[in-house]
Amino acid sequence: MEEPNLNYILKLSAKSVTFKEKIIGIIKNELPVEADAYYRCLRFNKIKEASECVHKIKHKISIYGMENSFYIAQEYENNLREGNLALQKEFEETLFIIRNFTNQL
Amino acid sequence: MKCIIIDDELMSRAIITELITTRTTFTLAAEFDSAIQAIKYLNKKKVDLIFLDIHMPDFNGFDFIDTLKDKVNIVLVTSDKEFAINAFEYHNVVDYLVKPITKERFDKTIQKIAILNNAIVTTKKLTQEKISDIVEPSFYINIGKRLIKIDANSILYFQAKGDYVAIKTENNNYTVHNSLKKIESKLPIGMFFKSHRSYMININKIIDIEENTVLIGKDVLPVSRRNRPELMKNLKLL
Repeated sequence: MEEPNLNYILKLSAKSVTFKEKIIGIIKNELPVEADAYYRCLRFNKIKEASECVHKIKHKISIYGMENSFYIAQEYENNLREGNLALQKEFEETLFIIRNFTNQL
Repeated sequence: MKCIIIDDELMSRAIITELITTRTTFTLAAEFDSAIQAIKYLNKKKVDLIFLDIHMPDFNGFDFIDTLKDKVNIVLVTSDKEFAINAFEYHNVVDYLVKPITKERFDKTIQKIAILNNAIVTTKKLTQEKISDIVEPSFYINIGKRLIKIDANSILYFQAKGDYVAIKTENNNYTVHNSLKKIESKLPIGMFFKSHRSYMININKIIDIEENTVLIGKDVLPVSRRNRPELMKNLKLL
């Protein structure tokens, strides 16, 4: 399974600690909210709304440099738009990993 | 250049803001998390460039472009590569950035905008130039309390001398308090060439070119090594 990393954020922030902290702060605030919203949508069978949540989470996956997981999320987002839950397990595994990683930052 | 960001994701806006502020001289006028808010803003204010997310709830980036009255350059920003094909249907879309945006790719976009802007400025200059200026280019210089008319065709070259510029014409020499850069912007396009940091020469008056010098009238003037290839392009070589 792919591991998240901060390479992109570090490269972009160069020597700016403020920027790095800002981005990590945004992810820490938004990711739990977006993950909760995603699970809530699935629980209430709002599949298309769930695809919007996946879209936002997908960007965070890419920020963490998880290329393969990003493509899975993208495919899953497309599936959800068509009312199809294929790749749900794979996406949720990634979501679990990035949530843990974010909590440790 | 004044720009705005429209993206519903705070993280994307923060990244684009960082790139704009650290890697360009652009002024970030505002940022919006919805296209509707941006439309209200643009009804009152003008901007030169918009970084626009395509995938936004309710009102997406393409819907937004359709509402624009003025021609504003747009850089599309999205994580969905497949939208790129649609982007080419819009003449004001100058580039397409895929998230996550890297510094290198962002720099390419900025270079593209700079090239495009120069082309627009040149075209504007050409269309604004009066026909009379093209047929008989001339301008006035301020010497003491007099304004003297100078026919651009009679000028051999300009030479920067500190805060002053010496103008050498076929019959006279003048010195004006000005800079080469300011003078260059008022000259007929294609007639003069900045051959060196301190010299701007009338291309039509070149008698001879030898290595890094040109002969104009009786004066031998320097041509910087960097500017020589461009000068050669401007000459009619048989």
